[in-house]
Amino acid sequence: MSTQAQADLRKEVTDEATRPRRSLWGSVWARLRRNRPAMVGLIIVILMYLTAIFAPLIAPYEFDEINLENVIAGPSLEHPMGTDELGRDVFSRVVWAARSAAFVSIAVTAFGLTLGIFFGVLSGYLGGWVDTLIMRLGDVLFAFPGLLFVFFIAATIKPGLTTWLKGVGLGDVARSDYLDYLVVIIALSLVGWPGLARLIRGQLLSLKRREYILAAQAIGVPTWRIMLRHLLPNSMPPVIVAVSGGMGAIILSEATLSFLGIGLQPPNPSWGAMLFQYYPYWRHASLWPLLFIPAAILVIVVLAFSFLGDGLNEALNPQLD
Amino acid sequence: MLAYLIRRLLWLPVLLIIVSFITFALGYYGPADPIAALLGQHYDPEIAARLAHEYGFDQPFLVQYVKYLGRIIRLDFGESIKYRNQPVSRLLLPRLLVTIQLNAVASFIGVLLGVSLGVIAALKRGKATDRVVVSGVVFGRAIPVFVAGPILLFLFARTIPVLPPGGWDGIFSRSAILPVLLLAIGPLAIFARQTRAGMLEVMGRDYIRTARAKGMREMGVVTAHALRNAFIPLLTILGFLLGSLVEGTFLTETIFGIPGMGQFAFEALGGRDYPVIIAVTLLVAVAYALGNLFVDLAYGFVDPRIRQA
Repeated sequence: MSTQAQADLRKEVTDEATRPRRSLWGSVWARLRRNRPAMVGLIIVILMYLTAIFAPLIAPYEFDEINLENVIAGPSLEHPMGTDELGRDVFSRVVWAARSAAFVSIAVTAFGLTLGIFFGVLSGYLGGWVDTLIMRLGDVLFAFPGLLFVFFIAATIKPGLTTWLKGVGLGDVARSDYLDYLVVIIALSLVGWPGLARLIRGQLLSLKRREYILAAQAIGVPTWRIMLRHLLPNSMPPVIVAVSGGMGAIILSEATLSFLGIGLQPPNPSWGAMLFQYYPYWRHASLWPLLFIPAAILVIVVLAFSFLGDGLNEALNPQLD
Repeated sequence: MLAYLIRRLLWLPVLLIIVSFITFALGYYGPADPIAALLGQHYDPEIAARLAHEYGFDQPFLVQYVKYLGRIIRLDFGESIKYRNQPVSRLLLPRLLVTIQLNAVASFIGVLLGVSLGVIAALKRGKATDRVVVSGVVFGRAIPVFVAGPILLFLFARTIPVLPPGGWDGIFSRSAILPVLLLAIGPLAIFARQTRAGMLEVMGRDYIRTARAKGMREMGVVTAHALRNAFIPLLTILGFLLGSLVEGTFLTETIFGIPGMGQFAFEALGGRDYPVIIAVTLLVAVAYALGNLFVDLAYGFVDPRIRQA
C-alpha cells in the first residue's frame, strides 16, 4: 500500500472521528427547525404554556372578579378586551382559561400516557391472554363514538365522585371548582389510554424482532438494559407524535365539554365555557366581538398543536415523503 | 366471506351487552340517590325504603341489571325526570327522525363535496387550486363546530341577513341550510383529505403509467382506473364520519335550536336527566356499532384481503 493511500485513509478516519456527532434528537431538531409551520406551532404552544404558568402575573384581574358597575363594556385601557355581563375582565378570563387548558392537557396526557405505557408494555411483553384481554377492553372503548363516552362519564360520575372523595377524607377536593377539573381529567384519560396502549404494544411487537435487539440479546445484554436502552427510546417517536397531536385534541375536548356545560363550569375559566356564554351575542351590534376572542384563541391553539404534530411526524420519520 | 360475516355479527351482541353494562353501572353508582332527589325536603327514611322497594332499588346490582336489560330490549327506557310521566322512548322518536334527516343530508353533501374537492386537488397537485383545498382542509379540521356555528350565524344571519338564525321547518326549508352546512364541514374536510391522498397514491402506480402508455385518454385513466382504486380506503373513514356526526349533532342542534336528539341530549346533560342520558348513549352506541359493522362488511366485500384478517 502506498504512503499516499495510507495518508488518505488516516485522514478519512480522523475526519470521521472529529466530525461533530449528531444524536437522534439533534437531527430531529435540525429537521424540525427547517419546517416553518411546525416552528410557528411550537412557538404558539410554548407561549400558551408560559401564559398558563404566569397567569397570575399577566392577568390584571382575578378571573371571577365581578364588577356590576361596568358590565358589557367595550375594549378600554383598563379592560383591553372589554368586560362580560357580570363586569368580569375578558382578557383576564382568557389568560386564566389558558391555565385551565394547559392543566387539563398535561394531566390527561400524564394519566393517559401512564395507563397507556403500563398496559401497552404489559400487553406487548407478556402477550397471550393478558394481551387479548387488554386489547379487547380497548376495542370496547373504541366502540363508543368519540366524545359520547366522555359526555356520558362526565355527566354521571360527579355525584358518585363527591361521595367517594368525602368518604376517603378528601372533602376539600370535592369543592365544585376542583371537582370540575377532576371530572374532565378522569373522563378524558379513561377514553384516551387505549389508543396509546395499542400504539406502544405495536411498537414493542415490531421492535422485538429487529436485528439490533437480537444482536443485543445474543451478546448477553440483560433484559432490563435492552428495555431501557433499546426498546423504550426506539418506541418513543410515534408516541411523541401521538401525544403532541393528542394535546390539541384534549384542549378541544375540554372546550367541547365546557361548552356543553359538563366540563369546567362558571366561574371556572375555560375557552369553551366562554364561547357558550358569548355565542348568543352574534346578534348584538355591540357584543359580537366578544364571541371572536375565545373562538380565535381556541382555533389558533388547536392549529398550532396540529402543525407541531405534523412537523414532529416528518422530523421523526424522515423516510416519509 | 361467510365466516367473516358470522364473526363480525357475533361480536355485535357481546359489544352491546358490555355497552349496556357500562351505562347501567355508571348510572347505578354515579348519580345521586334518585329517591332522595324525588322526595326532596320531605325525605323520610320509611317512605324512602318503601319507594326503593317499589322501584326495585333494594335488590342486588346484578338482578337490577338483568331486569334493566329486559326493559331496554323492549325499548322501555323509563320515564324522563324533566318531562314527568312521559316515557323516554316516546319523547325520543320524533326527535330521532329530525336528527336522522339532518345527518343524512349533511353527510351526503359533505361526502359528495369532499370527494369532488379531493379529486380536483389531486389532479391539480401543487397548483393554486390544490393549495386552497389543502389549507381549507387543515382549517376545516381545526375549527370546532361551536366556533364555526356562531361565525356562520354572524355571517349569514346578521351581516348578510339571508337565512333564518335557527328553528326548524323541516329538512327542505331555508332554516335547514346553515345547520346542514355546519354539520357537513367535518365530513367534507376528512373526505377531501383522504380522497386527495388516495388519488395521489394511486396515480403513481404502474397500472396508471401502463394505461397512459397504451394511449388511453387522461379522462379515461382517471375514471376507469384511478377513481375506483382511490375510493376503497374511503370506506374506512366512513367510521370516523359517524363519530364526527354524533359530536356535531349535539352542538349543531344546540346552536340552532333544532328539536332533534342532540338538543334533547344537551338539555338532559344540563338537567342531569339520567334516563334520557342513558337512552341516548345506548341508542347512539347501537347506531354506531351497526354503522361500523356495515362499514367493515362493505370493506370486506370490496377488498378480499380484509376477510382473512
